[in-house]
Amino acid sequence: MEHIRMPKVENVRLLDRVSSRKAALGTLYLTATHVIFVENASETRKETWVLHSQISSIEKQATTATGCPLLIRCKNFQVIQLIIPQERDCHDVYISLIRLARPVKYEELYCFSFNPKLDKEEREQGWKFVDLNEEYNRMGIPNDYWQISDVNRDYGVCDSYPTEVYVPKSATAHIIVGSSKFRSRRRFPALSYYCKDNNASICRSSQPLSGFSARCLEDEQMLQAIRKANPGSDFLYVVDTRPKLNAMANRAAGKGYENEDNYSNIKFQFIGIENIHVMRNSLQKMLEVCELKSPSMSDFLWGLENSGWLKHIKAIMDAGIFIAKAVAEEGVSVLVHCSDGWDRTAQVCSVASLLLDPYYRTMKGFMVLIEKDWISFGHKFNHRYGNLDGDPKEISPVIDQFIECVWQLMEQFPCAFEFNERFLIHIQHHIYSCQFGNFLCNSQKERRELKIQERTYSLWAHLWKNRADYLNPLYRSNHSQTQRTLYPQMTPCNFLYKFWSGMYNRFEKGLHPRQSVTDYLMAVKEETQQLEEELEVLGERLANLQKMQLNGNKIQSKQQDRGKQLGLSASTNSLANTPQEYGSDLKSFPSRSPSQGDEDSALILTQDNLKSSDPDLSANSDQESGVEDLSCRSPSGGGCLPSEDSGKDSDEAVCLAV
Amino acid sequence: MEFSELIKTATVESVLLAGTGLPAVRGTLCITSHHLLLSSCPGGDGQPGTVELWLLIRNVDAVEKRLAGSSGTITLRCKDLKVLQLEIPGMEECLNIASSIEALSSVDSVMMMYPFFYRPQDLRLEEGWHLFPLEQYFQKIAAQTNQWRLSDLNRDFTTCPTYPAGVIVPAAVSDDTLRRAARFRQGGRFPVLSYYHPRNGTVMLRSSQPLTGPNRKRCPEDEVLLGTVLDEGERGFIIDTRSAQAAKQARMTGGGTEPKSSYPQWKRLHRPLERGRPLQESFIKLVEACNDASLSMDRWLSRLESCRWLSHVKAALSTACLAAQCLDREEASVLVHGAEGTDTTLLVTALAQVILDPGCRTMVGFQGLLEREWIEAGHPFHLRCARSAYSHARLKQEAPLFLLFLDCVWQLSRQFPFSLEFGESLLLALFDNAYASDYGTFLCNNEKERCLCKVKENTHSLWAWLNQPEEKKKYLNPLYSHNPLVIWPSVEPQSIQLWQGLFFRWIRPSQYLEEARAEMQRLVEAKEAPAKESAGSRLSRSLSDPAARTENER
Repeated sequence: MEHIRMPKVENVRLLDRVSSRKAALGTLYLTATHVIFVENASETRKETWVLHSQISSIEKQATTATGCPLLIRCKNFQVIQLIIPQERDCHDVYISLIRLARPVKYEELYCFSFNPKLDKEEREQGWKFVDLNEEYNRMGIPNDYWQISDVNRDYGVCDSYPTEVYVPKSATAHIIVGSSKFRSRRRFPALSYYCKDNNASICRSSQPLSGFSARCLEDEQMLQAIRKANPGSDFLYVVDTRPKLNAMANRAAGKGYENEDNYSNIKFQFIGIENIHVMRNSLQKMLEVCELKSPSMSDFLWGLENSGWLKHIKAIMDAGIFIAKAVAEEGVSVLVHCSDGWDRTAQVCSVASLLLDPYYRTMKGFMVLIEKDWISFGHKFNHRYGNLDGDPKEISPVIDQFIECVWQLMEQFPCAFEFNERFLIHIQHHIYSCQFGNFLCNSQKERRELKIQERTYSLWAHLWKNRADYLNPLYRSNHSQTQRTLYPQMTPCNFLYKFWSGMYNRFEKGLHPRQSVTDYLMAVKEETQQLEEELEVLGERLANLQKMQLNGNKIQSKQQDRGKQLGLSASTNSLANTPQEYGSDLKSFPSRSPSQGDEDSALILTQDNLKSSDPDLSANSDQESGVEDLSCRSPSGGGCLPSEDSGKDSDEAVCLAV
Repeated sequence: MEFSELIKTATVESVLLAGTGLPAVRGTLCITSHHLLLSSCPGGDGQPGTVELWLLIRNVDAVEKRLAGSSGTITLRCKDLKVLQLEIPGMEECLNIASSIEALSSVDSVMMMYPFFYRPQDLRLEEGWHLFPLEQYFQKIAAQTNQWRLSDLNRDFTTCPTYPAGVIVPAAVSDDTLRRAARFRQGGRFPVLSYYHPRNGTVMLRSSQPLTGPNRKRCPEDEVLLGTVLDEGERGFIIDTRSAQAAKQARMTGGGTEPKSSYPQWKRLHRPLERGRPLQESFIKLVEACNDASLSMDRWLSRLESCRWLSHVKAALSTACLAAQCLDREEASVLVHGAEGTDTTLLVTALAQVILDPGCRTMVGFQGLLEREWIEAGHPFHLRCARSAYSHARLKQEAPLFLLFLDCVWQLSRQFPFSLEFGESLLLALFDNAYASDYGTFLCNNEKERCLCKVKENTHSLWAWLNQPEEKKKYLNPLYSHNPLVIWPSVEPQSIQLWQGLFFRWIRPSQYLEEARAEMQRLVEAKEAPAKESAGSRLSRSLSDPAARTENER
């Protein structure tokens, strides 16, 4: 590829961020799609793969005696520190990556070359896996109050909306078009969620162009139609998810918010969620805290607080809770908007839906939810996640925040979600990876023009194929937590919002629990199932055998053998790890040598010393570090987990081979 | 003293009881010598009442009263951090009840405490008191090396009043030498063996600070004692749980540290750990912050930071890891001490053993560790746990070192969810019992006092209670599987979490988490089921039924 100035650099060192002393020597490769680092150490040859689309920034630092450091920060929160021996090589790699990480055409993105070896039919099936018409049918729509409208069939009314929108039956095309002219980017009120138990609904739109005094009859009729589509309620909540000050400032620009006097029977409510710029800076600050080298507890907590990140997460959640309560408890419909109605509105509508409807807490349902509230309603994936080179001020972790809200809920309601944390992490990964076509572009219109479905694959089918990896073992469809509306505690609740190290320190394995309860329980569950199936087969066989007068004892013992074979012996999940640098700031003498009275030389507590001096111990430490690699596997052999975490996906490997 | 003198009003009718997360109930309040009872009569006067509250008065940390008109509200803040409210009709009754509870809860005499009166039917008095004899622990070491011996020089507690009768010391050092070394250590706490690391034969010792004083006194016997531990050319580490500065300052008051010149084979490392009043204040501030519902998200994090509790957790874990690392990785013996050697010293030695020794991570092994490294080692429980986080009383010698230890163990259990045989519920039970208990296990400050008070003769042991099969089940970790290796935790701030199960036990909604725990239990038990019971029963069913049929057919 023409942008690669330097396809291969040898003797590059990859630094371990937690422990600066551990560095791996290896070779760096630049391919059309990935940066690949292959360790020299012959027994492991560990590989680190980074997709170009994941790179968020590349920093070339001042050359030192050991070489030229290159810092690559990724959108999935991986941070890679390389030291390249020659300054010139480093510069070439830097220049190449700058270009590779910022494609200018959609066609340059990975999904257009990614080939999971599926035939045309499978590809089409994959795209049909999530069907929004089916979803609205599931909600009970169309019905007496709601219908599908084709007013936007050729994106004539609103180019960031889907062609098929659901609106109140009483809203005529005239009303819709009129209303759309009174709304930013013509994003008129449309249905997001409908609760068939009580007819209450969640609708979404952009802000009205009310300025200081403007009115629009059709828009007022539109809101009235939404209210009337819920006959049980005599008013409609209008939730503006912006801080009041921001909304007021918009009035000066001829935009703004609904005047309660002009709309009949609405209750207007501000819920202050900050804008994309505040959120971008907040994430930036939090990531700086994550990157601190051996921070103290105070550094970390102060930094976390200063970033404001958890405060923002809570604000989004609070808005979602408000709406869910309005719908479920009061039976009142809600219209949600922010400015353009594609960021905060998407967050809040999807959090509310998730709280209200257990379906969205299943794996398939969650995919549908993202498809519905984010993809179809024109969340600007390309701009927000910087898939193509563009305005950096457009970038903001909007969907990341939604995904974190889901994780925070999972922590509070451990049995309520069919999927596990890994599912969320992998979705986040693929929103940035551009490996699948789902999240390309800024709207449905753009995606259709690009013929995404004919040229790329769908992530949903891919995740569904691997769904066994994403199951939450504690989920049971008949569990009480799964069935009802979730009501997170409101006060006191600050302590419920926690830093998500599984996401933001995802690649720092050393920071996470060393044994995975999810994987263990999943394996237990699977093997229980296997045993039960086995049992059934045996039962049948027994019935047959018994006719032949055979003794059942033999089979019973066989059954036990089978149990052993399955290796459910829990001891396989024991593991160890290696000590961290508990003594990094420690002053000491070198180990096993006469004191030199040098109080400043660091205490070097390394395995390497042990290895060279004592063969017995070296075996031991090998065993320990060997076990460490198993740390996140299932007890019964494992190794079947998706390997994106190690930077390499089997699919990606296939692609490269092609 | 008679308890009845302290009880001004024994019963009050129609008292309303409320606690966080519980529906309020009305009933009859009754004060006995050791308990506060509230029983409601749902079915009218004739019906026997249901007991809604059975509170050990010793558990009350603070009593607050508020009078309004003819009635009053008493807020009871308990040592286990629970908060209860009693609405009492009648001003006088309210005042009487409050002062009675106050008086009863501050009875300081050990022999007057409830464990001396508690006589459960299904336990025998002597049960559980001799589950973990030091002799047995020593035998395990003796099986591997003859360098250590069990000495009874302290059998009458004269050499060191805070040590138990038996101590493990280097075989080559005579009792005489030990006695002289003891005079050189604060409180007579001379270096003794705390842990023998079977993998490489290194040991962890603990003691109090040496009494070097301003004139840099030396003690040849102490030097011999420590010298014997190391072979020629071998190095050891002294982990001093004070800062270098604080250790130096201690010389002015007669204490100090081991100077390099006198102990050439030992390298001193200073790892300052908080203790005493600052630690108690940290605990108080944290509990205050946890109970402050008005905090916004932002202020919550800075409050959490400013109370510094998590910093103490991080420091304690790091220091224990350092000790463990010296033993396991550096293959060097370690001596741990701070000043008195009864607080942070024990925190570090006990924690290091949980990290290193899989035996300490079992239900029984952990109890043995607590017995050996906290109770017998002379952690002054009576002083340290006299008051908890709510008390308005002037602080004396309270400090939550044991809680800090439990918190660190909880952090380990979170990072290694399969490696500890016991679960959070055991740690909570230990916290509760250390501060207020039906059992004698945590009474007094040391073995000498326990002997004087005849604790082992006249109270029940907590271990006897916990180890009853039905009871034990509640404390087990369903996911446990033996892990023979060292468990090195992460001490990065991202990995250290606030122990919500303790600090928010009475505040947070626990229903969903309990359900999750039950689900986990169900899954693990189901794993056993098809293989054992259901397999057995289903097979036998299918065996017996056809058999019957064939009989008929014949």
